[in-house]
Amino acid sequence: MTDSKYFTTNKKGEIFELKAELNNEKKEKRKEAVKKVIAAMTVGKDVSSLFPDVVNCMQTDNLELKKLVYLYLMNYAKSQPDMAIMAVNSFVKDCEDPNPLIRALAVRTMGCIRVDKITEYLCEPLRKCLKDEDPYVRKTAAVCVAKLHDINAQMVEDQGFLDSLRDLIADSNPMVVANAVAALSEISESHPNSNLLDLNPQNINKLLTALNECTEWGQIFILDCLSNYNPKDEREAQSICERVTPRLSHANSAVVLSAVKVLMKFLELLPKESDYYNTLLKKLSPPLVTLLSGEPEVQYVALRNINLIVQKRPEILKQEIKVFFVKYNDPIYVKLEKLDIMIRLASQANIAQVLAELKEYATEVDVDFVRKAVRAIGRCAIKVEQSAERCVSTLLDLIQTKVNYVVQEAIVVIRDIFRKYPNKYESIIATLCENLDSLDEPDARAAMIWIVGEYAERIDNADELLESFLEGFHDESTQVQLTLLTAIVKLFLKKPSETQELVQQVLSLATQDSDNPDLRDRGYIYWRLLSTDPVTAKEVVLSEKPLISEETDLIEPTLLDELICHIGSLASVYHKPPNAFVEGSHGIHRKHLPIQHSRSGATTSVIPSQGDLLGDLLNLDLGPPVNVPQVSSMQMGAVDLLGGGLDSLVGDKILLITTCSTLQSAELVLFFMYLIVVWLPAVKAKGLEICGTFSRRQGHMYMDMTFTNKALQHMSDFAIQFNKNSFGMIPTSPLPIHTPLMPSQTIEVSLPLNTIGPVMKMDPLNNLQVAVKNNIDVFYFSGLIPLNIFFVEDGKMERQVFLATWKDIPTRMNCSTRLRNTVSGKLQSNNIYTIAKRNVEGQDMLYQSLKLTNGIWILAELRIQPGNPNYTVRELPQRLSLSNRGISCFLTFPFALDQGSPTFLNLRATSWVLSHTTGTPFDTLF
Amino acid sequence: MIGGLFIYNHKGEVLISRVYRDDIGRNAVDAFRVNVIHARQQVRSPVTNIARTSFFHVKRSNIWLAAVTKQNVNAAMVFEFLYKMCDVMTAYFSKISEENIKNNFVLIYELLDEILDFGYPQNSESGALKTFITQQGIKSQHHSKDEQSQITSQVTGQIGWRREGIKYRRNELFLDVLESVNLLMSPQGQVLSAHVSGRVVMKSYLSGMPECKFGMNDKIVIDKQQGKGATSDDSAKSGKQSIAIDDCTFHQCVRLSKFDSERSISFIPPDGDYELMRYRTTKDIILPFRVIPLVREVGRTKLEVKVVIKSNFKASLLAQKIEVRIPTPLNTSGVQVICMKGKAKYKASDNAIVWKIKRMAGMKESQISAEIELLPTNEKKKWTRPPISMNFEVPFAPSGLKVRYLKVFESKLNYSDHDVIKWVRYIGRSGIYETRC
Repeated sequence: MTDSKYFTTNKKGEIFELKAELNNEKKEKRKEAVKKVIAAMTVGKDVSSLFPDVVNCMQTDNLELKKLVYLYLMNYAKSQPDMAIMAVNSFVKDCEDPNPLIRALAVRTMGCIRVDKITEYLCEPLRKCLKDEDPYVRKTAAVCVAKLHDINAQMVEDQGFLDSLRDLIADSNPMVVANAVAALSEISESHPNSNLLDLNPQNINKLLTALNECTEWGQIFILDCLSNYNPKDEREAQSICERVTPRLSHANSAVVLSAVKVLMKFLELLPKESDYYNTLLKKLSPPLVTLLSGEPEVQYVALRNINLIVQKRPEILKQEIKVFFVKYNDPIYVKLEKLDIMIRLASQANIAQVLAELKEYATEVDVDFVRKAVRAIGRCAIKVEQSAERCVSTLLDLIQTKVNYVVQEAIVVIRDIFRKYPNKYESIIATLCENLDSLDEPDARAAMIWIVGEYAERIDNADELLESFLEGFHDESTQVQLTLLTAIVKLFLKKPSETQELVQQVLSLATQDSDNPDLRDRGYIYWRLLSTDPVTAKEVVLSEKPLISEETDLIEPTLLDELICHIGSLASVYHKPPNAFVEGSHGIHRKHLPIQHSRSGATTSVIPSQGDLLGDLLNLDLGPPVNVPQVSSMQMGAVDLLGGGLDSLVGDKILLITTCSTLQSAELVLFFMYLIVVWLPAVKAKGLEICGTFSRRQGHMYMDMTFTNKALQHMSDFAIQFNKNSFGMIPTSPLPIHTPLMPSQTIEVSLPLNTIGPVMKMDPLNNLQVAVKNNIDVFYFSGLIPLNIFFVEDGKMERQVFLATWKDIPTRMNCSTRLRNTVSGKLQSNNIYTIAKRNVEGQDMLYQSLKLTNGIWILAELRIQPGNPNYTVRELPQRLSLSNRGISCFLTFPFALDQGSPTFLNLRATSWVLSHTTGTPFDTLF
Repeated sequence: MIGGLFIYNHKGEVLISRVYRDDIGRNAVDAFRVNVIHARQQVRSPVTNIARTSFFHVKRSNIWLAAVTKQNVNAAMVFEFLYKMCDVMTAYFSKISEENIKNNFVLIYELLDEILDFGYPQNSESGALKTFITQQGIKSQHHSKDEQSQITSQVTGQIGWRREGIKYRRNELFLDVLESVNLLMSPQGQVLSAHVSGRVVMKSYLSGMPECKFGMNDKIVIDKQQGKGATSDDSAKSGKQSIAIDDCTFHQCVRLSKFDSERSISFIPPDGDYELMRYRTTKDIILPFRVIPLVREVGRTKLEVKVVIKSNFKASLLAQKIEVRIPTPLNTSGVQVICMKGKAKYKASDNAIVWKIKRMAGMKESQISAEIELLPTNEKKKWTRPPISMNFEVPFAPSGLKVRYLKVFESKLNYSDHDVIKWVRYIGRSGIYETRC
C-alpha cells in the first residue's frame, strides 16, 4: 500500500470522516488520518477545522507522526492562535528531550509558529538550545533566532539573543558558524546601520577558517557575508583574496560565484600594477568559463553575471569569446544571453569568427533570437570599423531572404550604420527601398523613412516614397509620424521646387489634424522656420548630427558597480538594484564597491562640498570674467608663493613616481607630453567624467578637457569656474560646450587660460580648484598644474646678466642624474632657453634660463657627456634667482630626463618650487 | 532566502507545497501555475518575477520544481539547491515521477524540513540524511544515545557526506574517466577550435573513514616534481605525457585549499557513486577521427560527395558506435550511396546521409561516396553547407589524462592500500565534433 492513495479521497463529508479517524484509538489509524490531512492541505483544501483533533495526536512517541502534526501546526497555527497554545507544553517538553534530533525538531518548529503567545514561551528553550552541547541543536537554534526576529525583532534584542548569536561565530563547529553568519546577515539587513556582524579582522579570520570546513551552503553564507566587509588596506584585501581563491574550484557554482563576488569587490582595493592583481585577474577567467558547462539554469545565472563582469572588467574574458558561441541545443534563454556577451567581447581580433557565427544564427528558427542576431551584426559594424563593410554585405544578404522580421530588423540597424559612417554605404539604399512595402513595424518604418529623408537628394523618387507613407498618416505610431514629418521637411529643403505641396500637406496634417502635442509642436516649429528664414531652417534641420557611440545598452556605471556587489544574487539576474523588486526593509541598503583610500586622492582630490567653498567659487556668474581685478605679477609675493608647501609634497611623492613609471615606456616625440589625468571620476559626479591636462600652445595656456557623459540622461548648461590660486589663473572664455552632452557621448574642449585673476597661495602651490556646473548639479575637483605651462616665451636672459647672476649664486648641492643628449632644441620648444654652451673636461655644459608668468627667473646648468647619447650622467648645480623681489634662493634643481620620460622635468620642476625654501635636496625626496 | 518550495505535475497540480516564510502566501502556488506552467508561450527564462515575487524553476521529466522568494536571494544557490533536491529524491526513490512523489510525500516533507530551515539550505548529502530519515519511517527513536550523537555530529560535521561505521568485506574502488571531445575543423583540416570536457566519476565501496589521494599526469604537478631533482631526460620523456588542465572543479569532499597550495587532490570519499572532479583541456588533444570531405557540384542538379574518415589512435584499440552525418541540400530528390564499411542511408527527414559503423580499429581509414540529385530551384540563395558531424566512443581519454595513482589510507581499520581492488576505465565520447565542408 502506498501513500499516493491519500491524494485520491475526494468525497463529500470527508472532513467529518477524517475527524473520526483522527480520534481513533489505534495509533496506526491516527497516523493514516494525519497523512490524509496533510495530503488535503497540500492540494489546497482548507482542513483548519480539524485543528484540535490534529493537535491531540501530538502527544505521541512516534516521531513520524509528530513531524506530521508539526507540519500541520506550522500551516494553521496562525489561523487558530488560541488552540495553538495547546501545543506549547509539548514543545517545551521536547526541548528537554535527551535525543538531540528531537530537541532540534522542537526548536525548529516552534520558530515557525507565528503566534505571539507561543513566541513568549519560546525564549527560554531557545536560550538553552543556543548553548546546547550538541552542534546539531545549536545550528538549528541559530536559525531560530532569525525566525524569531522576523516575528518580533524587539523581543530578540531585549532577550540578548543577538549577543548569543555573535558568540556562535566563534563556535567550534563550522556549520554552527555558517548558520549564525546567515542569521546575523539577514537580521543586519533590516538594521543597515548597526554593526551587528561586527566584522573585524579577528572575526574575518574565524570565518575564513570555517570556510574551509563547512558544507557547500555554509560556504555560500560565509562568502556572501565576507563580500560586505571592507578591508582596511590592500594587504588585508590581498590576504583575504588568497584564502578565497581556492573556492573557485568548487563544484557548486553558487560557491564559485560568491567567491567571484568577493574577489571582484576586493580587486578594487588592490594596486593595479601589482603582480598579485594581475594573477588574480587571470585566475578569474577559467572558473567563469567552467560555469558554462553546468546545467542550463545555472548557466543562465552565470551568463547574466558574466555580462556584468565583462562590462566592469573586459580584460578577464576577452580571450574567451569562443565559449560564448551558441550551441544548437542551448535553451533559448542561454542563447540570448550568450549573444549579448559575444557582442560585448567582439573586437577587431575576433570579428571574422563572430560574424560567421552571427550569420549562422540569423538563419535559426526562434524569432527573438534571429532578430537579436541581426541586430548584433549591426552592432559589430558600429563597434569594429574594419568589419563594417562585411557586416553591411551580410545584412544585405539577409535582406535578400525576404523573411519579414529579418528585413525589418536589418533596416533598423542599417540606419544606425548610416549614422556611424555617413556617406559610405548609400549605394545599398536602392535595395532597401525594394522592401518598403513589407515593413509593418513602427521601428522599421521609422528607420526607412529616416533613411529616405536623410538621403533624399540621391533618391530620385524620394517624394513618391514619402508620399506613400503620408496616406495613412494618422494610423501610424507617433514615432513614425515624427520621423515622417522631419523627413519631408528635409526633402523640401533639399529639393524645394518639386515638393512644396508635399511639405504643406504634412505640416497641415501634423499641426491641424493631429491631437498629439509633440507632433503639433514640431510641426509648428518647422512651419515657422520655413516661412521666416529658410537658410536658418536648413542649418537647423540639416545640421551635422553627432556621431553615435559604439557601445549601446551599457549599464550605467554607478548601477553596474552596485550590481557587482550583488553578483550571484537575483539582482544580478534581473540587472536591477534589489530595491526595484524587493518589498519592505530588506535591500533598501545600497551597496557600493570599496574605494581605494590611500591612493586615489592624490591626483584627483574631489573637494568636499563645503559651504564656504561654495560661496567662494560660485557667485555663479559663470560667464567670461570681465572685471577681474588685475593683480600685477610684481605684487604677488614670491615669499608668499614659495612659503611652505613641503609637507604636502611628501604625500605626493609616491604619486609622482608612479605616474612617471607608467610613462617610462612611452617613446614621446614632443618634449612635454602633458599627462592626462581623470580629474572628476564619473562615480563622484553623477555620471559626468572629466579628464584632461594643461598645455601651452603659441604663447597661450589652455586647459584641455574631455567631458564624458556616463549617465543615462543628457547633460547641458555647462559652466566652469576656478577658485583663487597661486598663479592667478582664470579662464578667459566660458566653457565652449554648447550642445547637450548625450549619454555615453564624449566631447573635447580646450579652455583658454590667463594669469590675470586674483592670487591666493595654494597648498601645494600648483593646486587648482575647479567648479563645474551642469543641469544636474555642481561638482568640484582639483588638479595640479604642471609648472612648465607658466614658462613664458621671453625667458631668454641676456648672456651678461646671466653670467653675473650666476656668479652671485654659490653652488650648494650636486645631483647626479641622466639626460638625453639632444635636448636643447626640445627644451627651447618649451620655452627653456639655452644661453651658453661650453665644453669642460669632455663634457658639454648647457646654461639655461627660463621665466615664469609671474616674473620669476630660473637659471640652470646642464652637464652632458657626449658619446653616450641616451644616458648621459650629469651633475647639475642649479640656482634660482628671484630677481624681482631681490631675494635669492639657491637650491639643487635636477633636470632629470630619463630616457623617454620627459615628464620628469615637468614633475620635478613642479616640486622644486615647493621645496626650494627649505633647501631639501631632491634626491631625498624621490 | 527561499520562501517556499512547490512541486507540480505536468498539469500544474500541486504535489508538494512547503512554505518557509511568512511573506509567501498560498496564492503564490497558483501564480506560478497560471503564469509559467499554463503559459501560452514557451518559458523564456528559468527565473520569473510575478508581482514582486520571484520564481525559480527546474524541470525533471514532466515534474516542475519551483522555489519562491520575495527577497534578493543568491540565485545560483537556489538553483544548486533545486538540483540537490532532485539528487536527494533520486537517491531515495530513484526516478522523479508523479507516482513516486505521491508515494513518498511524507518522506519528502520530512526531507524538506531537514534540508531547508527558514529557507536556508542545510546539509543535503543523501548519505548523511539516510542515517536518520528513511522510507520506512524514522529510525532515530530506536537509536541509542551514542548513535544519536554520532548522527548529529555527522550531519553538522566536517565530513557531512559520509557516515561512520561503514563496513565492506571487499574494499573496492571504480574510477571512470569520462571525456567528451569537441572539435570544429575547417575543410582544409585546420583545427578551428577543440576542447575536451572531462569528468572523473567514482564508485567507492570502502570501509571506515578512508583518506584517499588521487594523482594524475597534471603538467603542473609533474613539472614541480621534476624541479625537485629529476634529470632533464626524465622531464623530456614524461613532459610529453603530462597534460595542461585549463580549469577543474571538485566535489565538496576534496580539500580545496590543499589543491590550491600543493595541487594535490586528497579527500575522504562519499560512499557509493559520486563525481570527484570535472575538468577542461584545450591543448594537445588527441583527435580520434579525422574527417576529410570532398564536395563537388556537378551542374545545377547534382552533387558528388566523398568523405574519408581516418582513425587516429593505436591500432590495438577499437572505437565503437561510429556515426557520420553528411548534410544534404533541402532540394535533394535522390541519393545513391556507396560505402566500404558499415551502413549508410539517406534520411530525408533529417536532410542528411547517416553512415553508421559499429566498430573500427585505430590507424584505419574508410570512405563513403554519394551522388545527390537535386531538384532545380529558382532560389538565388546558395545552399550554405552545414558541417559534417560525427559521433563515436573510444576506450581512451582524448585529453591524454592518465590516472597515476589512487591511494587509500585507513589508519584505524586493518586494511591497506594494497588490499583495495581498484578498477580504472577510460571512455572518450564525441561532443560536438564537426568538420566544415
